[in-house]
Amino acid sequence: MSDKPAPFRVMVEKEIADHVRSWRFMILVGLILLTTSGSIYTILSVIRENPAELSAESTYLFLSLFTSSINNLPPFITLIGFLGPLVGIALGFDAVNSERNNGTISRILSQPIPRDYFINSKFSGALIVVFTLVFSLGFLVLGLGILYIGILPEFEEFVRILMFLLFTCIYIAFWLNLGITFSIIFRQASTSALSVLGIWLFFTVFYGMIVRIGTQAFIPNEAVANSLTLMLSRVSPDYLFNELTTVLLTPSIRSLGALSFEQVSETLPSTLPLGQSMLLVWPDITALIAGTLICFGISYALFMRQEIRA
Amino acid sequence: MIEIKDLVKDYDSTRAVDHLNLTIGKGEIFGLLGPNGAGKTTIILTLLGLSEPTSGSVTVNGWNATSEPIRVKKITGYLPDDVGFSENSIGLQSLVYTAMLNGIPREKAIESARELLEIVGLQDAADQKTKTYSKGMTQRLGLADVLIKEPQIMILDEPTIGIDPRGIHDFLDLIRKLSKEKGMTVLLSSHLLHQVQKICDRVGILVSGKLLAEGNVHDLADKLFGARETSFTVVADPVTDELIHKLQELPSVTDVKKNGTGFIVTGSKVAAPHISQTVVQSGAKLYRISGKEYGLDDIYQHYFEGGVNHV
Repeated sequence: MSDKPAPFRVMVEKEIADHVRSWRFMILVGLILLTTSGSIYTILSVIRENPAELSAESTYLFLSLFTSSINNLPPFITLIGFLGPLVGIALGFDAVNSERNNGTISRILSQPIPRDYFINSKFSGALIVVFTLVFSLGFLVLGLGILYIGILPEFEEFVRILMFLLFTCIYIAFWLNLGITFSIIFRQASTSALSVLGIWLFFTVFYGMIVRIGTQAFIPNEAVANSLTLMLSRVSPDYLFNELTTVLLTPSIRSLGALSFEQVSETLPSTLPLGQSMLLVWPDITALIAGTLICFGISYALFMRQEIRA
Repeated sequence: MIEIKDLVKDYDSTRAVDHLNLTIGKGEIFGLLGPNGAGKTTIILTLLGLSEPTSGSVTVNGWNATSEPIRVKKITGYLPDDVGFSENSIGLQSLVYTAMLNGIPREKAIESARELLEIVGLQDAADQKTKTYSKGMTQRLGLADVLIKEPQIMILDEPTIGIDPRGIHDFLDLIRKLSKEKGMTVLLSSHLLHQVQKICDRVGILVSGKLLAEGNVHDLADKLFGARETSFTVVADPVTDELIHKLQELPSVTDVKKNGTGFIVTGSKVAAPHISQTVVQSGAKLYRISGKEYGLDDIYQHYFEGGVNHV
């Protein structure tokens, strides 16, 4: 390392330090740890004492750690899918407007750095925090599983879990970028927080309902209505993420849509290899990454065009 | 050092800066005076390349501020009018952060941050959170923050806003001292003219984006009020109607008003000896006669009144 500090690195380091030390982040981590540990603990004790209670077709024990739901406790995958966006939003919603309101933005931008360092460091800093959080959490669960069950995960299981963690990060990055975008648009942190939360709630709770009701009301043909519902549902990042992770962590899922009897007949009820599972959700992956990048692009463009003092 | 040529900046439909020309030499303290919304901050942001001019150019130390902002920002320290530090930062830490953004290694940054905190009188608050700082302390920390990059140019936007009078005095003295010691060029914007008068070598008066006048304070006053009438306050006893009548007949006097212990005479600058002579000849005792010299106050008044008319 040279003794002359690189400004971008310094900025990212400061972002990370600010996030990690903030109460907001600690509360969220606490929340995630509490809820997921409840879920994981129940599953682990079931695996240990009464493995038959888990679904019989699940041959991948470690994957079921993430996906099984016992005693109405939501599985890890659902909890992360629910709390992950909250983490992203919490790290992003006041990224720019708080600096503006504190009067720090003009001071920082008057230092000899390119203007985009500011927004890039906001994004990179938060993303590093998210990656660290998600992967630590995932590995913690994995390690706990090994310790508790006493067997090692298969290599494919491990890769599947890595993939799941990676896409969780990308999904959270999507909400993070949306949060940053709104933090540029709105001067008030509370306005931007409410707007992003509104969008998030809309997609997680209402969007699916609206699509289902809408298609059922207007299209009498049930098969057409179903496929249309599926298509429209995939607009929602929440739906994409759920579909993506469920397929990745449940190798027995062979298709995302309805299959006709002709298609299913004479197939062996076996699990899909990782490559095939990936192929199945490739469009979801692409869409999710594209969404994340688009959000970042928008926030980048908005920030670069915005007057420092409007 | 700083050269602004024919600068125009439009925001939507309003013109914030209107064909502005200004040159500031090295080591000079220049005061940019103007009411709120005159375009002071806009000019400053353009100087730093943080805002793009609609037309015209800004050159700092030979570099175009719009196309080479990083070079300009390397040698320029900027204290914004609403300067602030992030919520959880500690005084010393924020200075070190700024220093590191300027490529100063951490150890050296800590060292010079301590020195600067002492200079601005914050050595006891170095390890306190910046959110506990008073407005005056924040401003002084802001000044240290500007100085830590060892700039050749200091740009201070409304540096005295929100500080109490005593604090203002100390703060401005500090700025003047530092600038003279290190040969720094200072551009200072303010709407409070007295402060500017005190420390600036030269001032420019900015109204509605136009530079109405520039020069040092005395020149400005002469230029503006040389031809105009002066008012004399005269304290004399007794003041009789006859005396007032006589005064009114003097060719250099245009008006006489009685006031308490004496009267106020308006007339040309040369009226003073005639007034005193008349008073003494009429048998009254002349206690005091003083002509009012026009200062920045009046210049300011004059222009801002004019400024309102322009709008």
